[in-house]
Amino acid sequence: MNQLKLVCQGVACDRGGRRVLNHVDFEVGSSEALIVQGPNGVGKSSLLRVIAGLVAKAHGSLELEGGMAERSVAEHSHYFGHLDALKPLQTVLENLSFWRNFFEPADFGDGKVRESMSEMEALETLGIEHTASLPAGYLSAGQRRRLSVARLLVVPRPIWLLDEPTSALDKASEEVLLGLIADHINAGGVVIAATHLPLNLPNTKFLNLSPVTTESEHMFAGEDLDDYFDEDEQDEG
Amino acid sequence: MNWMKCLFVREYQLANRVGGGALIGVLFFLAVVTIFPFGVGPDMILLSRIGAAILWIGALLATLLGLDRLFQADREDGSLELLVMSGRSLELVVLIKCAAHWAATGLPLVLATPVLSLFVGLDFQSIVLVTLTLLVGAPALTLVGAVGAGVTVSMRRGGVLLSILVIPLAIPILIFGVSAATAGAIDSNNFLVPFLFLCALTLFGLVVGPLAAAAALRVSGD
Amino acid sequence: MTLYDLANPTRFLKLVKVLLPWLIVATVAALAVGLYFAFFVAPEDYQQGQTVRIMFVHVPAAQLALMCYAMMALSSIGSLVWKHPLADVSAKASAPIGAAFTFLALFSGAIWGKPMWGTFWVWDARLTSFLVLFIMYLGIIALWKAIEDPIKAAKVNAIITLVGVINVVIIKFSVEWWNTLHQPPSIIRSGGPAIHSSILIPLGLMALAFVLLFVTLHLMSMRNEIMRRRIRAMRMRAASVAPAASSNTVTKAAPAGAR
Repeated sequence: MNQLKLVCQGVACDRGGRRVLNHVDFEVGSSEALIVQGPNGVGKSSLLRVIAGLVAKAHGSLELEGGMAERSVAEHSHYFGHLDALKPLQTVLENLSFWRNFFEPADFGDGKVRESMSEMEALETLGIEHTASLPAGYLSAGQRRRLSVARLLVVPRPIWLLDEPTSALDKASEEVLLGLIADHINAGGVVIAATHLPLNLPNTKFLNLSPVTTESEHMFAGEDLDDYFDEDEQDEG
Repeated sequence: MNWMKCLFVREYQLANRVGGGALIGVLFFLAVVTIFPFGVGPDMILLSRIGAAILWIGALLATLLGLDRLFQADREDGSLELLVMSGRSLELVVLIKCAAHWAATGLPLVLATPVLSLFVGLDFQSIVLVTLTLLVGAPALTLVGAVGAGVTVSMRRGGVLLSILVIPLAIPILIFGVSAATAGAIDSNNFLVPFLFLCALTLFGLVVGPLAAAAALRVSGD
Repeated sequence: MTLYDLANPTRFLKLVKVLLPWLIVATVAALAVGLYFAFFVAPEDYQQGQTVRIMFVHVPAAQLALMCYAMMALSSIGSLVWKHPLADVSAKASAPIGAAFTFLALFSGAIWGKPMWGTFWVWDARLTSFLVLFIMYLGIIALWKAIEDPIKAAKVNAIITLVGVINVVIIKFSVEWWNTLHQPPSIIRSGGPAIHSSILIPLGLMALAFVLLFVTLHLMSMRNEIMRRRIRAMRMRAASVAPAASSNTVTKAAPAGAR
């Protein structure tokens, strides 16, 4: 079986004119998890968003070896962020079926798209099958979170990008989610999770991000204003 | 192919379920048409002369009114990020969203037009012309409006700015739409020339609207 | 010096600093000569009398209004294709200047129109097109102000500017068409008789002066924008440094505070 390998080299990222990531290097392959760690505001979320193709990187390369050639890394990935992407006026089942039908599945590097769970199976796995015909607006925060996880189960994509995956989940749901992530890793998937809590996952690598100390080489950041004014004063003097 | 149908159905349902859906646009249309006689006086001859213009302006404003939420709702709940990374062409996604939005909010405006035409004293011929021109021209309004909606997607109160940006884009549509609607006879050149220009603008909007709106949405991912 | 070197803001600022005094002198001189010709040398019109002299401001202003949009559109291509921040700056700097020239064209047209046609405003094709252009400029300025992140604002503005280019062409065509429909004899003749050289020379001088004025204003405006962005960058740097320093002092003064 072909292996997937996500190779990230020297990735840098600017947001709002400020450098938030610099020289990020890692490799993560099939059946592996990468836990991105670091204090708040260090760019964990930004890194996931760069991989998800939502934020442009300023430098570096990000490549998926063994993936489908015509697809970007983002199109191999599931992104599970802070927002649930749920429409409160649609039922739980409608919400889930939409993503199942809409999202393009991607193979795990072995050339064929895997079977995925049906909507009801996914809801049962997460213990919210009784809500299937209710509008999503009636769900509690934890249930919404779980419904959002169900999206990852109904569309097969090898890379899971998880941003604080256990937030808003109780202990039991957290166990279920960790089990699902472990299953995904064991099935040849790639998991990249940003978290400040320890996650108990198999085959784990760690990436410790530290605050960016180097100045952004953004065109308006490097130099001071002084050189423009100082010389003026010298001219007059 | 299936994903397009799914997206269309979902967007259509959401447009209908959220905030009164089609009804609110039609009500606004009715309100705009109603205030004109209070402004210009209850002179039926004058009203029938400017009736087509009133209806077109009413439809334009009603279309603009509903457009600010076209992408904003998706951005706020995180759906937009998933639409961008879904592996589907974002241009097509925008086009389908526009189509669904138009079917849910634009089409009811067109259907309400014959009824509202009676308030401004249009004769049968004019009613047919106004309805026909709106049927062809209103999609173009939605499509250029989508550009404004894409550009203002990250703003909390983008609605007014959206209108300011989109109204210049809508002027040609309004010119040809009203010209065709007031031509008087459906088989005359007076009708045919502006009507064909109107069709051209709609086709043009089908290309430019999704391209520009998708480009703007990609930028807003940050 | 290649174009790429120029594209570095620091080099650009240095160049502006060298060029600007000369440009200002040239602009003032050209304006002075142009206005002298316009007011004292050019003959009165046998029909319009002295009011014809408004033309020497009106026509160049109208040209510049369009030139500014062209500048903005070219810069927008620069910021979308090459993603160059200096192109962003150029596009942003063009918008208010363009709006000002468009306003000047509209205003001078109105005060010219009053003695000529007896009214400040007619819905003539060209006037209408310029009014729409003015609204477009104002919309773009508002959009620049509405988005805080300058890089994002630049991209979004580039998109709407380029859509606007297509729209300007369609508007010009459709408004002319609409105009012939509604008022058969146009008040302003578009072609007109051949212009005599006694008018053409002052007009040319004024056009040159206005182009110089535009270049000067545009460079100044770009310089200001670059400085504004540097201040922004410096403030952000200050913000990212400050918490560490202040938290140290806080812990010394009041250990185990509320946080």
